[in-house]
Amino acid sequence: MHAMNYQRINQILDDHGRNPLRLVQILIGIQAECGGIPASVRDYISKALAVPLAQVHGVVAFYHFLSPEIQGQYRIYVADNIIDRMHGNQEVMATLLQELQAERGKPRADGQVFIDYTSCTGLCDQGPALLINSRALTHVTPDRAKEIAERINAGEPLNNWPSHWFQVEESPRVAGPVLASQFEPGRGLQAALEMGPAQYLKEVERAGLRGRGGAGFRTAIKWRVSRDAPGKTHYVICNADEGEPGTFKDRALLTRDADAMFEGMTLAGLVIGAEKGFLYLRGEYTYLYSQLVATLARRRAEHLLGKNILGREFNFDVEIHLGAGAYVAGEESALIESLEGKCAVPRPRPPFTATHGYLGQPTVCNNVETFVKTALIAQNGADWFLECGTRYSPGSKLLSVSGDVARPGIYEYPFGTSVQTVLEACGARETQAVQIGGPSGTCITPNEFDRAICYEDLSTGGSFMVFNRSRDMLSVVQNFIHFFADESCGFCTPCRVGTQLMRRAIDKIVAGKAGARELKEIEHAAKCTRAMSHCGLGQTATKPFLDTLDRLRPQYEARLSNLDFVPNFDLDQSLSKTRALSQRDDPHAHLPQTGEACDARI
Amino acid sequence: MQESEFSFELDGTDLPFEPGQSIMEAATQAGVYIPHLCHHPDLRRNGSCKLCTVKVNGRFGSACALPAQAGCTVESNTSELQEMRRQIVQMLFVEGNHYCPFCEKSGNCQLQVVAYHVGMVDMHFPPFNTARQLDASHREMLLDRDRCIQCARCVRASQDLDKKNIFGLAGRGMNIRLVVNSDSGLLGDTDFSSADHAAQVCPTGALIRKDQAYPCPIGSRLYDTPISQHTIRQDARHD
Ligand SMILES: Cc1cc2nc3c(=O)[nH]c(=O)nc-3n(C[C@H](O)[C@H](O)[C@H](O)COP(=O)(O)O)c2cc1C
Ligand code: SF4
Ligand code: FES
Repeated sequence: MHAMNYQRINQILDDHGRNPLRLVQILIGIQAECGGIPASVRDYISKALAVPLAQVHGVVAFYHFLSPEIQGQYRIYVADNIIDRMHGNQEVMATLLQELQAERGKPRADGQVFIDYTSCTGLCDQGPALLINSRALTHVTPDRAKEIAERINAGEPLNNWPSHWFQVEESPRVAGPVLASQFEPGRGLQAALEMGPAQYLKEVERAGLRGRGGAGFRTAIKWRVSRDAPGKTHYVICNADEGEPGTFKDRALLTRDADAMFEGMTLAGLVIGAEKGFLYLRGEYTYLYSQLVATLARRRAEHLLGKNILGREFNFDVEIHLGAGAYVAGEESALIESLEGKCAVPRPRPPFTATHGYLGQPTVCNNVETFVKTALIAQNGADWFLECGTRYSPGSKLLSVSGDVARPGIYEYPFGTSVQTVLEACGARETQAVQIGGPSGTCITPNEFDRAICYEDLSTGGSFMVFNRSRDMLSVVQNFIHFFADESCGFCTPCRVGTQLMRRAIDKIVAGKAGARELKEIEHAAKCTRAMSHCGLGQTATKPFLDTLDRLRPQYEARLSNLDFVPNFDLDQSLSKTRALSQRDDPHAHLPQTGEACDARI
Repeated sequence: MQESEFSFELDGTDLPFEPGQSIMEAATQAGVYIPHLCHHPDLRRNGSCKLCTVKVNGRFGSACALPAQAGCTVESNTSELQEMRRQIVQMLFVEGNHYCPFCEKSGNCQLQVVAYHVGMVDMHFPPFNTARQLDASHREMLLDRDRCIQCARCVRASQDLDKKNIFGLAGRGMNIRLVVNSDSGLLGDTDFSSADHAAQVCPTGALIRKDQAYPCPIGSRLYDTPISQHTIRQDARHD
C-alpha cells in the first residue's frame, strides 16, 4: 500500500553524510517523511550505514516518536501530563477519536491517521496541548478538536490550517535579572576574549553559578575538570531535553534568548578548548528548530560562531540534534548515547561526562538556562549575578508555574523565595499541594509553604505545579507513576520492574481494591527501587508515592479496602475473553465480585 | 592494623586490590562472594541487574561497575542489602516466566541459586505473565525468552569474544527483549554455534543446548551444594 520513497530516503542519508553517529537523526527524518520505519526500511538503513540491524531496530523501538509501522500522514500526540488532564485533555482525546473514527495507539484502517497520548509536551501553561506531525497546538478545546478532525478528514495539509492554532505564547509573568537583561550578541564573548578564558572561568566561579537542570552542580568546577581532562577533542553539549513534566522555562529561553544560550555554549568552548557543540533539542520542540537554525546562521554571519570568532584564533560551531520522545534522554550520559546514534540508556558512572563524554572525550553538558546565565555573567559580570539569591544558591531561577493558578507561565525569582510568595503572585487559591521540581521533585502541603526555593531547601529544575483542594491527589500520584513506568529505559531491574509494580499497586489503590498490607509491601519495594536503580529516573520514580504517603497518608487509608487481602486477579475480569467468545454478557456469565467472594471466605 | 596502599574494607575485613579492579573483581579474587547475575569475569562491565548493589561509604552502588578505591568502606552482607537483593530476584521472577521444577537448567542455574542464596521462598509480587517469543529455529540451540533476564551476557560475549554480534537488546522499559541480528530475526538464520562463547554464558535456561535435556542427575548438579559452600573459584569458572 505504501511504496517507500527510497529516493527521499537516500537523500536523507546523504544529508547526514551517511554517518552512523547520526542514526537517530536519520530515523527521525525518515519518520517525518514516510510516517513510519517499516522492516524493509530498517534493513535498508542497517546496510547503508553498516550498523547492526539490532541497533536500528532497537532505536526505532526505543523512542516514542519513532514507529516500526507506518502511522500515516497525520500523527497526533495529545499531551497527558496531570496538568493537561486538569485542562480536559481526555475530552479532547475522546472528540478526536470519535470524529476521526480512530482507535488510540493504532494507525487508522486507511493508514492515514495515528493518535495517542504522550507525556508532558512543555505547554502546561497553554494546555490542553497536542502535537501534530511535530507541530504544537495550544488551548485545544473539544470544539477545536472537532475542527482539527474536519481538516484531517478533508486531507488538508497543516500549512493551510489557521496559523493562530499553532500560536505558542511567550510572555513572562514576573521578570527578574535574567529576563529583564538586555543581551547584546557578542558582547559577553568580546569581554571573555579580552580577559582571557582562565580569567572568565574565575568570574563564573566567583558568581557561584550552579547548574539549572536540577542537580545544581557547580558549573565552574565542571568546566575546569573537563578543560583539564586529557583527550583529543573536547565537546560542549546544551541539554534542551526539558522532559520533566510541568517544566517549560527552557522553551521560553529557546524562543526568546537563543542568542544568549548559543553564546554561553561558545564561551564554554572557549574555556575548555572545544570546537564543537551540540544542542540536544527535545522532539516536542521540533517547531523551534528552524528559527534556531536561523539564529545559528546569523551568528556565523556576525563572526560569533564558526572559524576565527571575532577575528581571533578561536573556532567553535554548534550542531542541533533532535530528540524523539524519551524522558531519560535528558540524563546527560543517556543524551550522549543518543547523540552517538544509540538508544538513550544511561551509562555506568564513573567515568563521568566531564572526562569521558561524547565519543569518550571530555565533555561539558549544561542546561539551557545555565548557558544563558554564563553568557550574562560574561556580559554583566559576576557582581551583577550575585546581587540576588542565597549564600549557597546565588542568582535567580526561572519557574514554570502551572495548574490551579489564575496566571500560569514563567516567573523569575531570586533563589530563597518562598513557595507562598510564588503562590500569591500567580493567583493560586485553596491550594492543597504543590509539586516542586516535577514528579521527580518534592510534593509539599500548606504547612510547608514557607519553605524556600533553593538548592539547600527545595531544589527544582523549574517545574512548579499547583493543585487546589478539589483535586484528588492520588490521581496526581497515579499520573506521575504511570509516567515513570512508561519512561523507564528498561536497562536495570529495579527501575524496569519496580516502576511496573508501582503502576499496578497505585492503580489498585486508586480503584479501592488494595489492602493495608499491600500498601506496606509496595512501600518496601519502592524503597528498593529508590536505592538500587541505575540512574536518577529510577531513584526518584517512587518519590511521588513516598512523599504523599508521608504527607497525605489519610487519603491513602481512605481508599484502602478493609480486607486484609485482595487477590491480584479479578476472577470475573479474567472471564471476559470467554464471554466475548461466547457472546454472552448476561448475569449468569458473571462471577461475584472479588470483594464479595473474599467476604464470603472470611 | 596494617593497611597496604591498595586495600579497602569489605564487611569489616581489609581486602587488597589491584588498581583498576572493580569491587566485585577484588572480592572474587579474595574469595568473597557478592551476589551477581549480569557480571561475568570474561565480559565487559554492564551493571544492569543491580543484584551486586553494595554500600560504598554509605552510598548505594554496583560492585561490578564501581572501581575499588583505597580506604573506602564497603558493606555487602548486611540484612538491608540481602533483603533488597531478594526483592530484585523476585522482580526478575515475576517479570519473566520461570518454571524451575521442569527447567533443564534447574540446579545449574545462577538465577535459581542466587534466589536460594538471598532467601527467596516465594515470588512475592504478582506475576506479569507476559507473552514472550520462543525461537527454536537453530539446529543446536534453543532461545526461550521466557527465561531471559536481559542480562546481555550473550550480547557481550557474541560481540566481544566471538566477534559475531548475533544478539542485541531492543525496546524500552518492560518491552525490552533479546533480539537476533538477522533479517528474519531468527537464530537459525545466523552463524551462531553451540561452540560460541555466547552459547556458554547464559546464567539461566534462556539460551540452552537442544540435545542435552537434563544432563546430570539431581545431587551432582553444579549448585546442589549451596553457593556459600562453593569455593568462589569454582563459581567464577562456571560464571
Ligand atoms: C532522568 C533524568 C532526566 C533529566 N532530564 C534533564 C533535562 O530534561 N534537562 C536538563 O537540563 N537536565 C536533565 N537532567 C539532568 C542532567 O543529567 C544533567 O545533570 C544536566 O543537564 C546538567 O546541567 P546543569 O549542570 O547545567 O544543570 C536529567 C537527569 C535525569 C536523571
Ligand atoms: S539469553 Fe541468557 S545470556 Fe542472553 S540476555 Fe537473556 S538471560 Fe542473559
Ligand atoms: S552484577 Fe552488578 S549490576 Fe549485575
